Amino acid sequence: MAFLENHLLTFILFFPVAAAILLQFVPRENKDLLRWISFIASFIPFILTLVVWFSFESTVPGFQFEEKFVWYAALNSSYHVGIDGISLTMVLLTTLLTPLAILASFSIQDNVRAYMSLFFLLEFGMLGVFLSLDLLLFFVFWEFGLVPMYFLINQWGSEKGEREIWGGLKVPARVYASFKFMIYTMAGSLGLLLAIQMIGVVSGTYDLVELYQRWPTLEGTLFGLPIGTVKAVAFWAFTIAFAIKVPVWPFHTWLPDAHTEAPTAGSMVLAGVLLKLGAYGFLRLVLPLYPEEAKLYAGVLAFLAVMAIIFGALASYGQTDFKRLVAYSSVNHMGFVVLGIAAAAAAAGTESATIALNGAVLQMFNHGLSAAGMFFLVGVIYERTHTRDLNEFGGLFPLVPVYGGILIFISMASLGLPGLNGFVSEFLIVRGSWPILPVYTALAMIGLFFTGAYILRGIGKVLHGPLNEKWVGHISEINAREIFVIVPLMILILWIGILPGWLLDVINRAVMMFF
Amino acid sequence: MQFPILSVIVFTPILTALILLMIPGERKNEIRVTALAAAVIALALSAWVYFSYDIAQGGYQLIEKYDWLPALGISYHVGVDGMNAPLVLLTGIVMFTGVLISWKIDDRPREFFAFMFILATGVFGVFVTLDLFMLFFFYEIAVFPMYLLIAIWGWKVTREYAAMKLTLYLFIGSVIALVGALAMYFVSGLGTFDMLALEQANFSPEFQKIVFPFVFMGFAVLGGIFPFHNWSPDGHVAAPTAVSMFHAGVLMKLGAFAALRVGVMLLPEGAKEHMWWVILLALVNVVYGAFIASIQTDFKYVIGFSSVSHMGLVTMGFATLSREGMLGAGVQMFSHGVMTALFFAVVGMVYDQAHTRQIPELSGFRKVMPLVTLAFIVGGLVSMGMPGFSGFVAEFPIFMGVWKTYPWIAIAAAISIVITAAYIIRIIGKVFFGNLPAEFADHVHDVTALDKIALVFLSAILILVGVYPSIMTPLVESGVQNILRLLGGA
Amino acid sequence: MIGGFNSVMFQAILPEILLLVLGAVILTLDLVTPKQDHRNLGWVTAIGLGLIVLVSLIVGRPGAQSQELWGGMVRFDWMGFVFKMMFLFAAALTALLSTDHQEVGQRGEFYLLVLASTLGMSLMASAGDLVMLYLAIETTSIPMYVLAGFLTRDQRSTEAGFKYLLFGAFASAVMLYGFSLLYGFAGTTSIYDLATGLRAGSIPSSSVVASLLLVLVGFGFKISAVPLHFWAPDVYEGAPTPIAGFLSTASKAAGFAALLRVFIIAFPSISIEWGAVATTMAVATMTLGNFLALAQKNLKRMLAYSSIAHAGYTLIGLSAIAVSAPGSDAAKFGISSVVFYMIAYMVTNLAAFGSIAVFERATGSDEISAFNGMSRRAPGLALVMMVAMLSLAGMPPLAGFISKFFLFAAAVKANLIWLAVIGVLNSIVGLYYYLTVLKYIYLYPPAEESAISMSKPYTVALVVLTLVIIVVGTFFSPIYDWSTAVAAGLF
Repeated sequence: MAFLENHLLTFILFFPVAAAILLQFVPRENKDLLRWISFIASFIPFILTLVVWFSFESTVPGFQFEEKFVWYAALNSSYHVGIDGISLTMVLLTTLLTPLAILASFSIQDNVRAYMSLFFLLEFGMLGVFLSLDLLLFFVFWEFGLVPMYFLINQWGSEKGEREIWGGLKVPARVYASFKFMIYTMAGSLGLLLAIQMIGVVSGTYDLVELYQRWPTLEGTLFGLPIGTVKAVAFWAFTIAFAIKVPVWPFHTWLPDAHTEAPTAGSMVLAGVLLKLGAYGFLRLVLPLYPEEAKLYAGVLAFLAVMAIIFGALASYGQTDFKRLVAYSSVNHMGFVVLGIAAAAAAAGTESATIALNGAVLQMFNHGLSAAGMFFLVGVIYERTHTRDLNEFGGLFPLVPVYGGILIFISMASLGLPGLNGFVSEFLIVRGSWPILPVYTALAMIGLFFTGAYILRGIGKVLHGPLNEKWVGHISEINAREIFVIVPLMILILWIGILPGWLLDVINRAVMMFF
Repeated sequence: MQFPILSVIVFTPILTALILLMIPGERKNEIRVTALAAAVIALALSAWVYFSYDIAQGGYQLIEKYDWLPALGISYHVGVDGMNAPLVLLTGIVMFTGVLISWKIDDRPREFFAFMFILATGVFGVFVTLDLFMLFFFYEIAVFPMYLLIAIWGWKVTREYAAMKLTLYLFIGSVIALVGALAMYFVSGLGTFDMLALEQANFSPEFQKIVFPFVFMGFAVLGGIFPFHNWSPDGHVAAPTAVSMFHAGVLMKLGAFAALRVGVMLLPEGAKEHMWWVILLALVNVVYGAFIASIQTDFKYVIGFSSVSHMGLVTMGFATLSREGMLGAGVQMFSHGVMTALFFAVVGMVYDQAHTRQIPELSGFRKVMPLVTLAFIVGGLVSMGMPGFSGFVAEFPIFMGVWKTYPWIAIAAAISIVITAAYIIRIIGKVFFGNLPAEFADHVHDVTALDKIALVFLSAILILVGVYPSIMTPLVESGVQNILRLLGGA
Repeated sequence: MIGGFNSVMFQAILPEILLLVLGAVILTLDLVTPKQDHRNLGWVTAIGLGLIVLVSLIVGRPGAQSQELWGGMVRFDWMGFVFKMMFLFAAALTALLSTDHQEVGQRGEFYLLVLASTLGMSLMASAGDLVMLYLAIETTSIPMYVLAGFLTRDQRSTEAGFKYLLFGAFASAVMLYGFSLLYGFAGTTSIYDLATGLRAGSIPSSSVVASLLLVLVGFGFKISAVPLHFWAPDVYEGAPTPIAGFLSTASKAAGFAALLRVFIIAFPSISIEWGAVATTMAVATMTLGNFLALAQKNLKRMLAYSSIAHAGYTLIGLSAIAVSAPGSDAAKFGISSVVFYMIAYMVTNLAAFGSIAVFERATGSDEISAFNGMSRRAPGLALVMMVAMLSLAGMPPLAGFISKFFLFAAAVKANLIWLAVIGVLNSIVGLYYYLTVLKYIYLYPPAEESAISMSKPYTVALVVLTLVIIVVGTFFSPIYDWSTAVAAGLF
């Protein structure tokens, strides 16, 4: 038992791998067994995370539950994990969404065993990024998460749709989307790789804790370039890599395709967690290591963030595909996160900066919940109607009232209705950014207006308006399993909206101590 | 007296070959079992050597030295250090899996295994030797069986041409290096071929600058360096599966390793002088190889060119003459060796069933060969340098080393990563996923248990090294320290 | 020691004496035993020769100091000894390989002629005087002319013998003229005194060069160097296969032995020009031999050109000697490399021709295409052929590799790196056609499927040869020691 306590994070991290291996021994025809084993197994990391949450001391600075083992000694890189308030929040999000996503995946029929194994490997990759305190390890997990996602989209993605690629060859849309996702992200990671190598060469270590201490005062040159230039190059490399992942406009073009073509649970996790990896990268690496550069370019970042907010919203508004609408809404919401980060970078150390940062982190958590919820609900309706075309729907509310109610609830969270979680985080961001970047914040508010527009339009198209006859008698209500998926999200959304303190405290203290 | 384990490893294959030649040709199963037994012995011993190397002590261990021709200073001198221990293990691995994959060969398996084992002896000999004459002796032993193996059991369309081209190219490379080596022998004035003594020979910088290109390039031809890489893709494609595995997995490492041992370690000043163009050639290998691989339509040619590209990374790592670069190159030799053996094994399995290697005609093999698909995906991820697998463990330090010495080249080479990822993903998608065409559905079936054992074995190694790099990196690093000492001190 | 007899003098010519005895035995047996048992004569010859080798090794070895005996006619040194052993060994194997060869193996005269030629060769190797040398050359050649044309019913054989005779006679005559000029200039016929004689008489170097060239014609013919190589392909192709083997190995080695002696000892004063001649001949011979071999369709002809090429390689060693100071380390190393090369080459070529002889018997043809699929019909024989071809190409762990290695090392040591490079490039060409032969043997389907049987003499001979090739290739130290002893004793 002591072993477990001492290595709690490692357990959380590796348990999904163990689960994936365990699944291989279950015969692949036994789909139900596979599903239930996966679901139950995915609870374990969540429970362990709760244990960590309750033992976490939010008043103590620095990282807790640290573990460090030798990994790649020749390069001075070690297996070093630990959490602080920020990463704990993200880990909680991940381990919470995974069981829900698995539960949502019960309707998958094809090759269930491979699907569930890949899902666990994906969780492993994501948790690794949040937990690692070593740059090389960070990169390993960052890259590793791409592979399961690629296969999930490629194999279990939407069946319909075709895209044309070079040479006039037509491929299924999901093949196109997964390929684009992979290549785009890998291209970004190249910069990340080179930057990490530079850091390793210049400072002789990859350990983040050490780097935090040594980096600001680091002297010396790297093949003739002064340390300032080295830092600048690394800063941009990091920024671009994370910007692709978040995604920051204009690096966002992989997102609509990937999100739309992914299977429901894949989109839940993609929007819910994977996008946060980019923002987390900003928080964990860019801001602490490059405060001056970040301050210098905060304006640019804020500009891009605002573009994301406005264009994301406008793009959402114009969509006819329900899922694509939700996808663009992610661009829109993550824009707020980036705005908050930009504000914090521009005025590091001030109270407003702290508030903005709190908002950003909270928005990461909140968006995770609401985006997952939205994608799930899109999936629910798709399974029944086999279409995502908004024009095909209409007036469904009387046919599926419970679903309708839930959809409205989640949409309101996405919109930022006071009383629900979205409002809290968006308010904090705006409150924090306003003194620092007033122009951008003002523009962002305009974006908020558009946000409202597209959400209401979306709901309207689906639920309200004249009833589309063809669905009468052909559409079933949301069932118990699906309710089980969405209800925890709803509860959390409400809880954070009304009593955000339990979460905000942890975040706040972490942010204040970290920056 | 200490058990001469290295000699046992070196000579077991050729002695087995002689034994095999005495078994009547019709007794095919006995032949196969004998071959497998020898391969298992070689693998077990090489693994023992690998794990029993004392890193703290460093230097050359398990040394054996016997006089061969004292009048000229030729001796039979063997030893392992951090650089060649992984390669010895690699040879054992490829030999073992090669025998498993070749189980189905029905046309004169006796001669096939006999020639393959002669090849194995040559390879083992070169890896462990510490005498310059002995290096050439075993190097040539490793060259000529390739001709017979490819010409007789290879792909009918190009085998004769490819076999002859390969043999001539490799022979030319080795004799050019031989002339350089003879020059070194005489100029050193030491009257010995012992490489440990020659390391201290202190050749004049002018001499080194002249001789280094001949020696290095002569061996690097076998490593597939541009522009003398031309024999490699044709050779790979024409060869039967196990021979391709050996060829790309082990033989090309022989070239790079010999170039390192003779070129860099014995002529350090010459190395420092010439490395700038060597690394440029290596860059061409890496990028050009990846590009050409991506446009091939024959499955095996893709893998062949990707070998050219990945060996370029090895050369690049060595050419940096830096700790990280050489560490990465050392690991890459092992990692790529196992990976490419796996790739060729998979290609062979697909071809055996489908009788075509044209990518446009292949699809849906996942349904009949799920384990093969999985193995190929693992290999593909290694090839892309995906973290969690051994390819990353190797490529990361190589790029670090290149960064430190020639940063622009690092950026250019990084392009190849993306290209590699692109074509690997494309191939996986096309060949293994999708629908199985009707004409394959009836006669294509899953591979044998022996094939599966080989694939699982190879995949496990790739994952193991990827997840726990310290199982290999300290060992390679100790070998690199030795080289750095020679470079720094000279 | 001029004058009285002592045991050393008999020791020096012990092999020759024993050869005469063996010849007499063969003659007697030929007359006495019935016709159908005549093939045993082959065994008798071979075993007899083996015994001679054994006896010579035990009692006939020269001491550390070389001596001139029999009035300076014979030089008792390691050079002569080693070469004599080589010739005896080659003759023994030739006898074995001829035992079952059609028309040839049943005739006592055949073995006698072989013995006579061997006798001549031994004397060539240990000749210390020009007259002796000439006598020995003729004693070697004349039986060879007959042996080449031994297959009287085969037109090619008769043509071969005749051509050989004409060429040989011409070459000998020119050489004799050169010898006479030398005697005129130097006042002595002793090879070892020629150098002092030439210097004392202050002969202009142009005259010496002229006589050198004349003498070279004779030797060049014997070793089939360019431009005196024209006879070789036709003669090898036409002669009975075992004789072609004997010719290409022992006769050539004898030529080299004499060449070494005469040129190294007799012409130290003009070694520079000699160097130019030697290197030119080496390059021309190697290159022409290799490139013409590429085009051949007849295996014996191809091997003939390959033998020419190998003479070229040996000339590299000679060039190394020629450009180095006499008695220097480089010169001695050059001599050792030539001797070693001859030994290695001898066993290899004998094995090659021996294999052809077996196969020829079964298929009746010596075209390369007739050897298709030999590996399926006679796997063991194919392996022997493979060993022979690879040794000719210079692949380890066979004799050909180490012998080439020494040769190129000698060139590098003598600062003839460019020559070594040419030699190396030529080896590559050679590798091409040797591999092609292997391709035919292993790859292509045979015309018939029946297995080929080998009679006992063939098996014994080929097994012995293969083992020797491998042993010389791996445990070369003793042979190398012999070669160095030869070099030391030559001066």
